[in-house]
Amino acid sequence: MELVAEGLRKALQLILALDPEVLGITLLSLVVSGAATAISVVVGISTGTVIALNRFPGKKIVVSLVNTGMGMPPVVVGLFVSIFLWRNGPLGFLGLLYTPAAIVLAQTVIATPIVMGITIGAMQGLPSSMRLQILALGATRTQMVWMLVREARLPLLAGVMAGFGGVISEVGASIMVGGNIRGSTRVLTTATVMETGRGNFDVAIALSAILLAVTLLVNYLLTVVQQRERPR
Amino acid sequence: MTAPAILEARGLRVERGGVAVLDIPSFRLEEGELASLIGPNGCGKTTLLLSLMCLLPRISGQVLWRGTEIATGRDAIACRRRMAMVLQEPLLFQATVYENVASGLRIRRLPRREERRKVMAYLERFGLAAFAQRSARKLSGGEARRVSIARALAVEPEVVFLDEPFANLDPPTRQAITEDLERTIRETGAAAILVTHDQSEALRMSDRIVVMHRGAIVQSGAPAVVLNEPANEFVANCMGMETIVEGVVARRTDGEIVMSVAGCEISAIGEGSPGDPVYCCIRPEHVTIDIVNPAGSSSARNVFEARIASVSSVGPYLKVKLDCGFPLVATVTGESFTTLGLARDRGVFASFKATAVHVIRRGDVGHPLARAGGPDSLPSTGRGDR
Repeated sequence: MELVAEGLRKALQLILALDPEVLGITLLSLVVSGAATAISVVVGISTGTVIALNRFPGKKIVVSLVNTGMGMPPVVVGLFVSIFLWRNGPLGFLGLLYTPAAIVLAQTVIATPIVMGITIGAMQGLPSSMRLQILALGATRTQMVWMLVREARLPLLAGVMAGFGGVISEVGASIMVGGNIRGSTRVLTTATVMETGRGNFDVAIALSAILLAVTLLVNYLLTVVQQRERPR
Repeated sequence: MTAPAILEARGLRVERGGVAVLDIPSFRLEEGELASLIGPNGCGKTTLLLSLMCLLPRISGQVLWRGTEIATGRDAIACRRRMAMVLQEPLLFQATVYENVASGLRIRRLPRREERRKVMAYLERFGLAAFAQRSARKLSGGEARRVSIARALAVEPEVVFLDEPFANLDPPTRQAITEDLERTIRETGAAAILVTHDQSEALRMSDRIVVMHRGAIVQSGAPAVVLNEPANEFVANCMGMETIVEGVVARRTDGEIVMSVAGCEISAIGEGSPGDPVYCCIRPEHVTIDIVNPAGSSSARNVFEARIASVSSVGPYLKVKLDCGFPLVATVTGESFTTLGLARDRGVFASFKATAVHVIRRGDVGHPLARAGGPDSLPSTGRGDR
């Protein structure tokens, strides 16, 4: 217990002292996971909507693949992104391996199926006659899709939260494609792993506390938006 | 040449899973006409409405808007923007009542000021002004129905489709909504199709009744014709066996009105002032047949000399069609029929109580053609292209 108390005290110190290194790591975590979430929201919601609203052969297979992707282990994603970005890999010429961009890429691959899967569920959860009702009001197809997305906005926000939660807490892919390089690709999770390995439990606890606080804050903000939108 | 119908379908055929669910060689909806669509569940009523809105893929056929075929998707959207549909479910959006009613106008990209004016007018008209900022998901069934109707009519459509808009409503709410709706449709001069299961509603509101069965139209005509001269057994069962005759209120006394029907006078309990056009509905089981005149020895207020026009067997009893100057149907058991020595062409006395007559007010405007030209005189917008 002393360890925990000591860790929390240390965490408070690091935060209050605005330790530049910890601040940098926290900021990088937020930027990288935020960017990955943003990309996956754009790709996931648009593709998920297209999948949900259209009938095509093999739709069941596509949907089950997306659903499987929702639970994809980050280390597997890390492995494949590493292979792609490897010097001799297909995208090796980009020189992205061990840069923050590589982490963004890997995290996007992790978050996209989560957002897409929840989008498909949310759009299919709307009454099927809703589409007819919107078209009967004189909407074009684009207007209809837009109105349906608006109708599904509460579960879609849950999808955004799930996507962000999945990548901010992920460590396997970040460490594999980012390399946990100090001042460059070190994020909260990889730093925690490292400090724990070194036996610096106090620092590790501090970093974990910051990670929890950051996740809590972001999800709280999203929840406020979601609940404000909820019908009163 | 006849004027083109506001909406017309030719050779319409819709299939589902290879089976025809709709097969309409020809259907016309005239300007300003209010038609009721009647038929059992699954007979294609909703499918017909959706097809007329070009919302369903069809195997063959054309839909024409004022004589011009709706050929492309662009045409269909343009035409849909001059129509409106109220589906069986209110299907409101997760937004305020105001935003729901505004949605059709926003789709049409109306300027905000005009949108506001129209939304407020229709909220007012349907008694929803106090709910404007309330969430649509927190409304009662009747309120939600009002919002969905206001949403459809706020775009000031020229054709309105109402797919059982009053289903699952308690009678007072139903009546209130029906009145508001009917008034609005008549005032705007829109043509409308009302899908209903309630024949008295169809009688009261419509200029024409269309009966559907298994994806086809089996009869279409003025209410009194469809009711009294059903094209076949199916239509007869669908409409009920009631005798329905047109009449006019002649005078009223304490709680009782006397109607003039084909030169005869029928007494009934009800409201109405002299001159009001009405339908008198009499159920056949309420009609008694006597050999001798029962007047004076019976409590029945309505006694008529009649002639037996025809007799047919309907299950356990006989259906006797009488001619009293107006048509009247009575049901009697086979035993009574033999005991009384009834036969075709025999003269008898038909009687029924004043309380057995169900009086329905007829639409004030009567024949659809009487209202032609009405819409043009209205100060509505977006119709200058007629």
